[in-house]
Parts: sequence; C-alpha cells; structure tokens
Amino acid sequence: MLHEMIQTFMSYLGQTVTPGQAGNQLWALIYVLIIFAGVSVAVICMNWIERKALAHFQIRLGPMRVGPHGLLQPFADALKLMLKEDIIPAEADAAVFWVAPLIGLIAAFTVYTVIPFGPSQAVSDMNIGILFMLGVSSLGVLGIVTAGWASNSHYPLMGALRSSAQMVSYEVAMGLAIVSAILMTSLNSNGADGTLSMIGIVQAQQQQGIWFLFKFFPLGLIAFVIFAIAMVAETNRSPFDLAEAESELTAGFHTEYSGLRWSLFMLAEYAAMIAVSSIAVTLWLGGWMRPFPNVLHAPVWEFIFSLFPGLTFGALAAIAFLGTARMPSHSFFRIQRVGLGIFAALLGLLALLLLLIAVAGRGNDASLAARFREGIDYVYWFVLKVAVFMYLFIWYRATWPRYRFDQLMRVGWKVLLPISLGVLILTAMVPLRRELWELFIQILTAIWETIRRIL
Amino acid sequence: MNDLKDKALPNLVQNLATSNLDLDAPDKPYLDSNELIINMGPQHPATHGVLRVILKLDGEKVLGTECVIGYLHRGVEKIAENRTYTMFNPYVDRMDYVAAVSNGLGYCQAVEKLLNVEAPPRANYIRVILTELNRIASHQLWLGTHALDIGAMTPLFYTFRDREEILKIFEKYCGARLTTHAFRIGGCQYETYAGFEKDVKNFLAFFPPKIDEYETLLTSNRIWLERTKNVGVISAKDAIALGVTGPVLRASGVKWDIRKALPYANYADFDFEIPVGENGDTYDRYLVRMIEMRQSLRIIEQAVNGIPEGPIMAKVPKVIKPAPGEIYHSIEAPKGELGYFIVSDGSTQPYRLRVRPPSFVNLQALDIMVRGMLVADVVAVIGTLDIVLGEVDR
Repeated sequence: MLHEMIQTFMSYLGQTVTPGQAGNQLWALIYVLIIFAGVSVAVICMNWIERKALAHFQIRLGPMRVGPHGLLQPFADALKLMLKEDIIPAEADAAVFWVAPLIGLIAAFTVYTVIPFGPSQAVSDMNIGILFMLGVSSLGVLGIVTAGWASNSHYPLMGALRSSAQMVSYEVAMGLAIVSAILMTSLNSNGADGTLSMIGIVQAQQQQGIWFLFKFFPLGLIAFVIFAIAMVAETNRSPFDLAEAESELTAGFHTEYSGLRWSLFMLAEYAAMIAVSSIAVTLWLGGWMRPFPNVLHAPVWEFIFSLFPGLTFGALAAIAFLGTARMPSHSFFRIQRVGLGIFAALLGLLALLLLLIAVAGRGNDASLAARFREGIDYVYWFVLKVAVFMYLFIWYRATWPRYRFDQLMRVGWKVLLPISLGVLILTAMVPLRRELWELFIQILTAIWETIRRIL
Repeated sequence: MNDLKDKALPNLVQNLATSNLDLDAPDKPYLDSNELIINMGPQHPATHGVLRVILKLDGEKVLGTECVIGYLHRGVEKIAENRTYTMFNPYVDRMDYVAAVSNGLGYCQAVEKLLNVEAPPRANYIRVILTELNRIASHQLWLGTHALDIGAMTPLFYTFRDREEILKIFEKYCGARLTTHAFRIGGCQYETYAGFEKDVKNFLAFFPPKIDEYETLLTSNRIWLERTKNVGVISAKDAIALGVTGPVLRASGVKWDIRKALPYANYADFDFEIPVGENGDTYDRYLVRMIEMRQSLRIIEQAVNGIPEGPIMAKVPKVIKPAPGEIYHSIEAPKGELGYFIVSDGSTQPYRLRVRPPSFVNLQALDIMVRGMLVADVVAVIGTLDIVLGEVDR
C-alpha cells in the first residue's frame, strides 16, 4: 500500500505533462496547494511592495515600523483583520453578505488551474483553457454585485452597479483581443492547428519563434494594449477603480465590510490582478519562455539564462544586506538590524541554492536536477513577466486620476471595442494578403478596362 | 431624549419638504423607477470636512442637491460680541484655518479702518508677503485635495511637501504654523527674524519648478482634462447673481479681484496680473489658481525686494475703543472676497460683527454647477469650489 503510494508519488516526476493530463490526482493536489500558497504569498509581497513603491512615488517612506522597513506590516495587518469583530449589518441580507466575498475569492483563485507556469508546471492543461479562464474570471463580478446588493446600503449598491456595468463592457473588448491572439496560433507557416489551450498557446509562440506581441506588427501589439487596458478595468484598479472610488463612494461595494471578510475581497482583488497579468503574459509575452529561446539556444546561453533566478535572489539579498548596513547603529534598532540581517541571509541562501541547482542541472540530460532547473527557469521567467505588470498596476495608481463612469463606458464601447474588432478582422485577413491583393488588382484592371472601352 | 426626537424630526421633515429638492414629488423618470436620495456626508472622504450634501439621483445622474451645513458652527460672530477687539483677533484664524493669515489681515484692517489708523509701510510689506505666501499655501492644499478627489493621489503629497516650506517661514516668523495670529491691529507685532528675506527669496527660487512639476502631472493629463473640462460650468451671469467671488468667479471670465479693484494694504504698488478663465468650468478654475500661484510669487518678489525700514506698529491706543459707527472692509482671500462688517457702539467690544466668508457664498453655486452631472462630478465640484467648512459654518 505504502509502496504503491510512493510509486504513484514518484511516477509523475519523469513525466513532461501536467498532473491533470497525466491523471495524477495526488500531484494535481500538490500543485493546487503550491499555487494557492504561492499566490497568497505573492499577494502578501504585493501588498508590501505596493505600499512601499507607492510611498516612494509620493515622497513618503511607507511602512517603516513593523519589522525592518515594514517587512512584517502585511502580517500585522492580516492579524489585525482576523482579530477584528465580525460585523454583519442589521439590515443586510446575512447569507448573501456572507457568501459574496467567497464568490469573488473562489473565482479569482480558480483561474489559476489553467495558468501554465511551465509546459508541465500547471494544475491542468484544458483544451478549452482560455474559455474556462474567461468564464471563471467573469464570475468575480458576481461577488461584487452580491456584496453591494446584500449590504442593503446606498453606496455599496452604486459601487456594485458601476462595477457590473464596467466589467461586463470591458469583458467584450478583452474577449475580442483574446480571440485575435488565439487566431494567431492557427496562422502559422508550419501547418499546426490553432488551440485554445493555454499551454498550447505558449507552445505555438515557441514553434513560430515569435511572441504574439510582435506578430503581424502592429496587430499583436494593439490587441495586447487593448487587453492591458481592459484588464485594469476588469480588476477594478486605478484609473478604473470606480467601484471602490474612495472619494466618491467612500469604499464602494465593500463599504459595509470589515475585518476578515474585507480582507477576502482584497485577497480576491490582488489574486485577480495576478491572474489577468498571467493571462496577458501567456497570450502575448511568451508565457514561461526565457528571452530569445530561438536565437540564443547554444548550451552556454542556456546555462547563462539559468543563472538568472539565483542572481535575482542574490541581488535581493545584496539590497537587504545594504539596508542592514545602512541602519542606524543605535541599540534601539538592534532587533531590526538582526531581523533584516537574517532575512538577507535567507535570501542569500536561496540564491545559493538556486545557483547550485542551475550548475548541477546544466546540460539537457533527464536527471532530476535538470528537471528541477528547468522548472525553476520556467516559473522564474513567468513570474518575472507578471511582476512587471504588477509594478505597472502600482505605477498607474500613482500617476492617474480616476475616470468618470460615462467616460469609462465610452472608452470601453466606443474606443476599445471597435479597435479590437478591427484588429480581429485584420488579423483574420492577414493570411489572405496575397488573395486580397490580387482581387484588388483584378478589380482595378476591370475598372480600367471598362473605362477604356467606354472611352 | 424622546422630546428631542419629536422636536427635531418634524423640523427636519419640514426642512426637506420646503427644500428645492422636492423630496415628496412623485415624478418617476422611467416607468417603475425611483429616485435615489443619498446623503453625501457629513462623514465622507471628499466633502472636505463636515459638509452634508443631500443628493437626489437618477442612477448616477444628479437631479438636485441640497447642502446641509452647520456641523462645525462655533458661533464665531457671537463670540466677537463678548470679546474686546484685540481678544477677538486670534478667533478669526480658526475660520479659514488654511488661510489664517488672510483672515487676520482682513480683520485687522477692518478694525484699523474703524479706528482711522493706517499701518506703517514696513508692516504693510510684511503683511503682503505673508498673505501672498498664505495664498500659495492655500492653493497648494486646494490642489492636493482636489486632485485626490478626482483620483490622482500623488499631487497631494507633492503639494504638502512644498507647503511645508511656507509653513516653516510662518513658524519662524510667529511661532505658529497654521493658526498664525500674525498681525495685530495697527501693524505687526513681530519684526521679521534675521534671515527672513533670505528664506523668502529661497522660496521664490524653489517654488516655480514645483508648480511646473504639478502641471506635468495634471495640466495636459488626458484623464484630468476629461474629468475637469465642461464639468461644473457656471456662467458669469449666474456667478455674479449668486455672489460668487475669487478664482471661481474669475474662471467664469469676470475680472474681479479686490487687490486690483479696491486695493488694500499696498497692493497698488505692485505689478501683477489677474488671470481670467473663459468657460467657467473646473479646468479653468484649476488653471486660474495655478496662474495665481505664479502671480503671487511675482508680488512676493517685488515686496521682498522693496521692503522699507521703519516702524511696524502704528500708534494704537492700548484699549481699543472705536467711535460708534459701522464699517465694511473686504480683502481678496485665497478663496474669494472675505469681508468683515463691524458695528461699534463705542465700547471695547464690537456691537455686532458679521463675516462675509467666501466659502459660504461660493458653496451656494454647488447646486447650479452639478445639476445634470454625475455623482463623480459632485466631488470634483466640491473640490474646485475650494471650501473650508470652518469658514462656511463659523
């Protein structure tokens, strides 16, 4: 029995498909747990980074007191939120009020089942992955609408109305942009079929040797930009954060929420941000692929690029050490110094470990270390690309005022939708270039002939 | 308790019934629809204090508004009747606490006018420098909060960073940063500190690039333009009819600035321009105030370069006992015309003191400006009116 279990456990390690495809329930569960934990940690990091980065945009320091450079602030906040009194307003619809944050949270997290962190580093590879993603992520709006309705209060209701209108209208442009990316998987010179699978889309980019961002320039780029705008609106982030516009609707749909329930909304919001960024990365930025996999494919390049994860953590460790060295030497700061030093040392150890794996797993043999190295590389490049988007989210928030409701709808329906439709049509017409051109010439000649005859 | 409720409730209901909102009117914009009545405030992030605006909404569209004020009422005018002229001086700082120096200037000059006293030239120069610095500080605070209301967080912190430089000068001059009590009846109590002129000149060099910085963030920002252009439009005719003054009036195209129209202190000596808008929308008001900051710098520059030597206090009796009579004196505060109407019965205390606060009068324009606009515009317009509730309620 035990032996069998161990065998099932080990048998997956040799495979190159996702646990879902391999039918390995155990590993699928492990992946689910890893992703859940990873996303939660990412949300915590994002919380700290957003507060710090936003503060530095605004010539502030941000959190500085809880832990060195406020590193423990997210944990303190989480603790505070959990310990807060659980308030359900007397006039609220208690059951719906209770369920609403869960809907948002579940919708945000379920998307991760199809997001590929690597060719086999995903829970499952659905052949309708992107459709699944669209369907599930649009359920998130249900959480917001029910929250606003169940609160039985004016501001949340208005926030919910705004949010539903906004998300529904931006989903259309978003969907069309996605369709044009899907179309690109089938428009290739090596005769491969199109695919809706998320892994398939990245592999198509690999086979075609181009990120869809640059394909059919500028069509891919425009589609990507439309998606990048729509995804900000979809996640209710500034400058489209009308649903929770603080200065207008106090806190929008979660005005009546507090404590743990409120933090669930925040968790869902950040998880959704990471999810849509992952989708943008998968569709247009080559997913898990490292830069220039087709040009710089010599083993030495392979090795150099595999050093990146270790070097990144090394750089983080160096920054942390620098921070430790620059801390005031007063005894008041001793605990903070020691804490930051330990944190830096941990980062450094992680960097060493990653470098070790990179060195041990070099070459393309099928050893466990090589597989580990590959996996780390895939996840690293994927996360790095997502991180760029997360930084952009913060940057937007620091820079721009908020759109007004009607302007938002106008941008969605009158600007993004026609452009994305146009891009879709043009993308579909690209393979017909020659036929269209010949048709055009024929028509011109026919007209010319007619004119000549008449004359 | 119940008594109070019984008394208060019919009052409120009656207030609402007679209001221009017509809360009982059964008009339905669409079949089977209801209008939404929302209380914006008194506790609301964007009402700049404790202003309560009752909004009547059709979806997001504003059908009407009604301002409920008085949450910050402290009876400043009544207090004045029980204090001597000198004792009342610090109280005026607490009205428009963002521009305390201007308030003090208006009050001191009104009493001086009543006493027939003229402040010496040096005092006037100091007064002008400090008042113009205060105008800049007030506009900075307006810009930061206005931008925050429209959703741009960052300008707030930039303006507060730069406002600090002005507050430092105030603090060095009179020890207080906000409620300065900088002037006395008859002049200034304090001589300028050593290095005052240098500090002011440093600020003159420091600040223009900062205004440029604010403008890079907002002036040609597409979203900012969309949010402010053609929002909260008020025509010159309406503005005059409502008694609106200050940048709000000037943005509608009326060139009315008391510093030019009825010069007080020694504003007549200085060369500066009055910026005027065209459309009377939120964007014009924004531009007018931005230019005003630059013009204030011009005035300060001239004043600090031409500051004469001499006494800083006129000869004022220890016990101020103006002859019976009445006086109205107004100055151009950062928010508009700030007037003091004082009736003296010949005693040491004013018989009646009435303040004409610019915020209070400008707030009346809210309804005209937001009717037919959206909820988000209400917030933008409250911001652009630049009200301080301490001054509205007094």
